[in-house]
Amino acid sequence: MYREYRTIEEVAGPLMLVRDVDGVKYDELGEIVMPDGEIRRCRVLEVNGSDVLVQLFEASSGLNLEYSKVRFTGHGVQLPVSREMLGRVFNGMGEPIDDGAKIIPEAVRDVNGSPINPAARMYPSEFIQTGISTIDGLNTLVRGQKLPIFSGSGLPHANLAAQIARQAKVRGTDEKFAVVFAAIGITFEEADFFISDFRRTGAIDRTVLFINLASDAAIERITTPKMALTAAEYLAFDCNMHVLVIMTDITNYAEALREVSAARKEVPGRRGYPGYLYTDLATMYERAGRREGSTGSITMIPILTMPEDDKTHPIPDLTGYITEGQIILSREIYRKGYLPPVDVLPSLSRLKDKGIGAGRTREDHSGTMNQLFSAYARGKEAKELMVVLGESALTPVERLYAKFADEFEARYVNQGFNEDRTIEQTLDLGWELLHILPKSEMKRIKPAILDKYW
Amino acid sequence: MTEGRIVKVSGPLVIAEGMREANMFDVVRVGDKNLIGEIIEMHGDRASIQVYEETAGIGRGDRVVSTGAPLSVELGPGLMENIYDGIQRPLVAIKNAVGPNITRGIDLPALDREKKWYFEATAKRGDKIKGGDVYGIVKENEVVEHKIMAPPGTEGKIAELLSGYYTVTDTIGKLDTEQGEVPITMMQKWPVRKARPYKEKLPPNEPLITGQRNVDSMFPVAKGGTACIPGPFGSGKTVVQHQLAKWSDADFVIYIGCGERGNEMTDVLQEFPEIADPRTGSSLMKRTVLIANTSDMPVAAREASVYTGITIAEYLRDMGCSVALIADSTSRWAEALREMSGRLEEMPGEEGYPAYLTSRLAQFYERAGMVKCIGSDDRVGALTAIGAVSPPGGDISEPVSQATLRIVKVFWGLDSSLAYRRHFPAINWLNSYSLYKDRLAPWYEKNIAADWMEQITEAMRILSKEAELDEIVKLVGIDALSASDRLTLDVAQSVREDFLQQDAMSPDDSFCPPEKQHDLLGLILYFRDAASRAIENGADIEAISTLDVRERIGRAKSAPTADYKREYEAIKSEIDAELAAVGGGR
Repeated sequence: MYREYRTIEEVAGPLMLVRDVDGVKYDELGEIVMPDGEIRRCRVLEVNGSDVLVQLFEASSGLNLEYSKVRFTGHGVQLPVSREMLGRVFNGMGEPIDDGAKIIPEAVRDVNGSPINPAARMYPSEFIQTGISTIDGLNTLVRGQKLPIFSGSGLPHANLAAQIARQAKVRGTDEKFAVVFAAIGITFEEADFFISDFRRTGAIDRTVLFINLASDAAIERITTPKMALTAAEYLAFDCNMHVLVIMTDITNYAEALREVSAARKEVPGRRGYPGYLYTDLATMYERAGRREGSTGSITMIPILTMPEDDKTHPIPDLTGYITEGQIILSREIYRKGYLPPVDVLPSLSRLKDKGIGAGRTREDHSGTMNQLFSAYARGKEAKELMVVLGESALTPVERLYAKFADEFEARYVNQGFNEDRTIEQTLDLGWELLHILPKSEMKRIKPAILDKYW
Repeated sequence: MTEGRIVKVSGPLVIAEGMREANMFDVVRVGDKNLIGEIIEMHGDRASIQVYEETAGIGRGDRVVSTGAPLSVELGPGLMENIYDGIQRPLVAIKNAVGPNITRGIDLPALDREKKWYFEATAKRGDKIKGGDVYGIVKENEVVEHKIMAPPGTEGKIAELLSGYYTVTDTIGKLDTEQGEVPITMMQKWPVRKARPYKEKLPPNEPLITGQRNVDSMFPVAKGGTACIPGPFGSGKTVVQHQLAKWSDADFVIYIGCGERGNEMTDVLQEFPEIADPRTGSSLMKRTVLIANTSDMPVAAREASVYTGITIAEYLRDMGCSVALIADSTSRWAEALREMSGRLEEMPGEEGYPAYLTSRLAQFYERAGMVKCIGSDDRVGALTAIGAVSPPGGDISEPVSQATLRIVKVFWGLDSSLAYRRHFPAINWLNSYSLYKDRLAPWYEKNIAADWMEQITEAMRILSKEAELDEIVKLVGIDALSASDRLTLDVAQSVREDFLQQDAMSPDDSFCPPEKQHDLLGLILYFRDAASRAIENGADIEAISTLDVRERIGRAKSAPTADYKREYEAIKSEIDAELAAVGGGR
């Protein structure tokens, strides 16, 4: 039995100060016994002499300095993991909230994980076909990649993420992805959209859900993604499964972090977010990948809403510096009614070059991809010029580029949330669109490839 | 040995009391797990310690033991082809010992203690030896001849020195000094926060050839110079850095992955051994040392990683070699400083960064340079430092970018709008600069071509003219321009697309030797001159813009490097022929 302390001195926001404790370690998990016997959990943030500062994981309402007790468990925050977690629903602290049986743990894991030795990582290179042209053709996703979706309020990022979860497959294998889904402070409706979509497609049986809704304690959001990733690591690296982790919405996570930081009166970085936001996000995102000694993988799709659609806001900005690319959604494309509204030019997949080409997708992939990108960029420039000066001011070639840009958006970008295109269909569509332009403009494609496919 | 007790733990910062005897910057071992830390502040008998590993599970009363020595790196044979963490722990050995995750408190020697190297003595008994003098040579691999040097400060006479197979810690000989006889080993240690000594600094006067047209031609960096690459995410910073690491004509490359992605280090680890070094024909990895503190590794070690890297670089420089050090990214290092500073409750400066940010950055970059090394043979070594900066939101008005720009001499500004157009490398030609350009001009004119600078100046003039003309076109349309201005736009497009753009993935374009750079630009300017004569002779600009040969010029950069010259001559005659056909015969 652990020693219980009745020396709670202060509770302010998500923080609590306990005096005269002994033998408590940094980052240890504590339990607060409420006067009515309810147990709430907390974590040691700082040990200073005999004082410890702890961070509550749940609301502080009902806490009583006189009658509440604290005990420390001698270990950090842990999650019992098991294969049986597939198909189950948990709260942000990793407790089952569906009416199913208790999970009998196969192992108990510390939720913080430990850094992966870069010498033991395996470079992600297996092409994942998502069936979405703008991703497969232009921003190819590979197994073990972390590719966030940068969205804005009111854009259909949830539909896109669900489409990826539904359609993603590695070609040539029938292996299905297991999905770990972390809802971080989203609304009931949004969470329900995912759950019913997983149900509808039968994916629910290979999905683990961690749900922290907007109505739950904000503080719990800090642990939700860590719980989800701990479960994902177990499934991927212990059970050798291919796991797709979807986390939404990272913005809520960062805000919860800011709340704790502000309560601690730390020197704030940009926009009030703590200076360690980069490190904190990185320790989370870097848990994606593949590593030696296991055939499994974690592919991560975090979703974040950019406040005011501003890509330079600290959350998307720091995320972009850590993740291997980003898929950006565009309000302009969405207004045109094109779905999924992917903003092609600023979107990027850093790992695509290793995942495409002969033997993986098709030999013409790289060349056509670059050609489509630069043609679309030129087309958009031509269209801007057209707005200012009128169509007659454009050279004949520029007019073709403008036409190309329109067609590209209407046919390549626009495919709806239910169409599943194979990579060949996507590539062929690319060639079809490039035929709008004269052959002499195909500077990015190798002559041999051009002659074969033109 | 001083032993104290912990009184406070706050993330990577630990405060221990009973440490009065310890020195500032001593390395300490913390707690039962023997975590590695460093003393960064002393108040009476309380020491503030930054711990290089995760501190979970550490609490009050845990033991702290000082090792009595500052944070040091091991220098000697075995450095090459290795990957280390921020405090020089060998990551491959760690992987073999404990598996794919890095466990805490692990302590393995940086240099393999088992491996025997063949040491060939070049000094002999009776030779007088001073710090920096070479005792002998170890052939570390096909490419690297590792000079075994006397550590700085040594003075004495060789009493015994024998060639043979030794490990790095074996005694290879004895030295008679004033303090008596001391053993000679192949390994030396050096504290990372202290610059290694040299005789004198020399002004850099030779370019670091990188095979990148944007660098060598447009914004060159000198051997021993400093450069920075700021750019928002997605602008291709990492690719530029990898290209520089791959193709620089330095004898050694030190690549520091500081707070960056794990997969990027893995990429370097897997790709470099595959790439044939254009200088040696052997694999690139043979002359590379990697330092990895990926973003999920502890933040305090990030602060140390750049010092670890530059100390190793200085040691290699001391052999009289040219070393390129590439740090990706110094912003993460500055953020680590900020985090520690916050935990120490220091008064913050701009954006929460500590007030000493600028001076720390300056100290780091100042360790670069071309120097006359210590030792009696007056070897000259050069250490070139290239740092990436990751400004938040791509806005370089932030403190780290600004502090860096005040120090470094070359600025390669990456531009996300170029990256969106897939113009790579996305180095903005209008706002980048190199302060070495004039200093290096004589070298280029002597070694590559007499009209080198002339051509470059002409290309820059065309590009800035284009920016002006673009403004006009946006207002009144392209038809308002004169034929010669339209030609300028066409040629500028050619300079941008056919010269500045360089495909890192294409085998014939990834590395472009300076001669080819010169001839390629010469080809574009040849077209300009011929076309402008044709216009004077009454040829139609529309016809010139759509000449077939322009596409061929577009492909000229990927002509095989071995015999591109023939192709370029053929293009030139085609230019003449086609221009003659549209009515502008010469």
